[in-house]
Amino acid sequence: MRILKSIVVATALTLAMGTAANAQRTDIVIGMVLEPPHLDPTAGAAAAIKEIGYQNIFEGLTRMNDSGEVLPALARSWEISEDGTVYTFELAEGVTFHDGTPFSAEDVKFSLDRARAEDSTNPQKGLFAAIENVEVIDDTTVEVTLSAPQGNFLFNMAWGEAAIVSEASAGTNQENPIGTGPFKFDNWARGSAVTLTRYEEYWGDDVYLDRAEFRFVPDAAAAIPALLSGDVHAMSNMPAGDALSQIENDPRFEVVIGSTEGETILSLNNAREPFDDLRVRQAIAHAINRDDVIAAASSGLGVPIGSHMAPHNPAYVDLTDTYPHDPERARELLAEAGHADGFSATLRLPPPPYARDGGQVIAAQLRQVGIELEIIPVEWAEWLSQVFTDKDFDMTIISHVEPVDIGIYARDDYYFQYSNEEFNAAYEELTVTADEDRRNEIFQDLQRILAEDAPVGFLYQMPKIGVWDARIEGMWENWPLAVSDLSQVRWTE
Amino acid sequence: MTVFLLKRILIGLVTLALASMVVFAIMELLPGDPARLMLGMNATAESVSALRTQMGLDDPIHLRYLNWVGGMLVGDFGRSFTYSAPVIGLIAERAVVSLPLALIALVLSTIIAIPVGIFAAARRGRAGDTVSMGAAQIGVAVPNFWFALMLVYVFAVWLQLVPAGGFPGWGGGIWPGLRALILPAVALALPQAAILARVTRSAMLEVLGEDYIRTARAKGMPRRHVLWRHALRNAMIPVLTIMGLQFAFLLAGTIIIENVFYLPGLGRLVFQAITQRDLIVVEGVVMLLVASVIVINLLVDLCYALVDPRLRAAR
Repeated sequence: MRILKSIVVATALTLAMGTAANAQRTDIVIGMVLEPPHLDPTAGAAAAIKEIGYQNIFEGLTRMNDSGEVLPALARSWEISEDGTVYTFELAEGVTFHDGTPFSAEDVKFSLDRARAEDSTNPQKGLFAAIENVEVIDDTTVEVTLSAPQGNFLFNMAWGEAAIVSEASAGTNQENPIGTGPFKFDNWARGSAVTLTRYEEYWGDDVYLDRAEFRFVPDAAAAIPALLSGDVHAMSNMPAGDALSQIENDPRFEVVIGSTEGETILSLNNAREPFDDLRVRQAIAHAINRDDVIAAASSGLGVPIGSHMAPHNPAYVDLTDTYPHDPERARELLAEAGHADGFSATLRLPPPPYARDGGQVIAAQLRQVGIELEIIPVEWAEWLSQVFTDKDFDMTIISHVEPVDIGIYARDDYYFQYSNEEFNAAYEELTVTADEDRRNEIFQDLQRILAEDAPVGFLYQMPKIGVWDARIEGMWENWPLAVSDLSQVRWTE
Repeated sequence: MTVFLLKRILIGLVTLALASMVVFAIMELLPGDPARLMLGMNATAESVSALRTQMGLDDPIHLRYLNWVGGMLVGDFGRSFTYSAPVIGLIAERAVVSLPLALIALVLSTIIAIPVGIFAAARRGRAGDTVSMGAAQIGVAVPNFWFALMLVYVFAVWLQLVPAGGFPGWGGGIWPGLRALILPAVALALPQAAILARVTRSAMLEVLGEDYIRTARAKGMPRRHVLWRHALRNAMIPVLTIMGLQFAFLLAGTIIIENVFYLPGLGRLVFQAITQRDLIVVEGVVMLLVASVIVINLLVDLCYALVDPRLRAAR
């Protein structure tokens, strides 16, 4: 034992000396759970693609900071026509792609036209639906004409799927991504890591890091030792788990709980009995105890929500009291709806722990009011085809991670098949409103309609559990977009 | 002997052909649309169908099967849906991790298990036997992922002798690569060694009860000699069988260990490919594993003949 101890002390000393010698290090290893299938943000929905590449390798016309503000990126400034349909973008000068090709207005036109083309495989094609025409005025000016005013056009252009790519490399970005960002792609050891290095010719502000490695660490059980042993320096979003406390109490690490755009909901099939009955949906809402769900599914982290809007959004209204936890009231409502003896239904759960763990708690809570749930675990691919595409389900738990996506309730053919004239009309108005104050008012109306109509059970906002070496600064605290933006990241000693 | 070999090879080929049909059919039956999976929840229906066409998923099923088998015959395993890279390349990248890992684990488990098994058999019923077989019992019972985590906490987090996981590749030399494989190999090897030790012990016990052993002892041959020269050689057949099975298991069954140590091996490739409905990758890896199991069984059969001259003559 004594020998072991001296080994420990010696190793600790060597480590301490090692860090002193490496003052102001410029390399970082970031752990992430899922490996991306490829690295082209315009061709795949996997969040991991954007987590690595967006705002590092690729840039868009606009970008976001970690509080969700839309800022200029490749477009340095813009003018919007009086009627809100014509956007004239002034582009940055002296920009080159990582393969040396100069960037110009032609690339913007190419990228936007490619994304909205007939045979486009862009996973967010809807972002570009309003674009009617893209015209190159000169090398650094581009004019985008919309078919109708679109209040959130600049916001949409900050998404990873709207990244500007070069025609020369668009076909090969999946394996060898070429963008205009501060970091260029260096190497992808499939199954283990993606490495980026600083792009010396970057047009914008200098970055601090020379080299960044995104290493794939599949789960919490592997992530904790990786952090403790110093193999991994940071995780933008750590898988929640009981092991987190091990890191939280360690002064070598900083744990920052931020928010994301993920509204976690108990989705109901509104086209099916008995979920087409408002009283049944209200009963379900009354039966849910959000705090218990959060405790079980998310290590107690995450903010309860009463409608479909992230609490960090300026337009957010707290509606968690619309249907407070009240099993008694839930049973009454069920009786009124003709289900005095309750009913049974299925609950399909995709693989993420938040769904599987949360589902157990929900099933127990609904049993209290007489609703018997049969839990059916499904794989992700099965969930997408059975629940999402074929709409063959009663209930499911899922986190909707797209930024500000309250509009999904206006899509009558969306998988939960909710349809409400009043909501649709209000949303219609929102899409053509550019005025910020008016937009926020409409957003609040939309949230209220949803909260009262309870088309789904609103549970909680998914937290972002950031963990990094306490000597690192500049990591994003919140995730308005799920990206690991490295432009401000640096070691402080 | 040649007839025997040819017969085995023929059986192997038929097995491969049958396996290809079964694998293909199972992957067809799996629910889930690879194109929808890639493009996610917000994709429009037209984007998804455009991608399906691009991926060749709209061709009729028999055509796709024939294309796939035909390609494999000339060494073309197709292109991964998700990685959009040739499957054969992906497999090669992963095999350089899994193959050494499985080999090291097999060697480790053999050099631990056989001496322990012989030792226990020689001391049947005495303290040495009880202790070593007790240890083997624990080795069989302990889940290997838990054992792996304990190894990580002791050797990587506490003593910091080896990395906690990941694989640096062979590009930086043999040693960094080997260092990353030590803990996973030990975690894989010990439960296997426990099984192998038990098999060795019982095979030895059976042989030690034979008349010729008594004769050898009676004519004054030293005990050690009897054990290693006469008994072990005859006890090798069941031991070899288990080793053959174990190697196949080690090659294919490393999914859990590769996840604990996040090693980019074949097990993880298959695991990821299944969840991402990258059918062509799953099919390719499974076919390769089937082929390697067939080859290993063939080798084991040849080894039987090597240790037992009677089998050589009989065939």
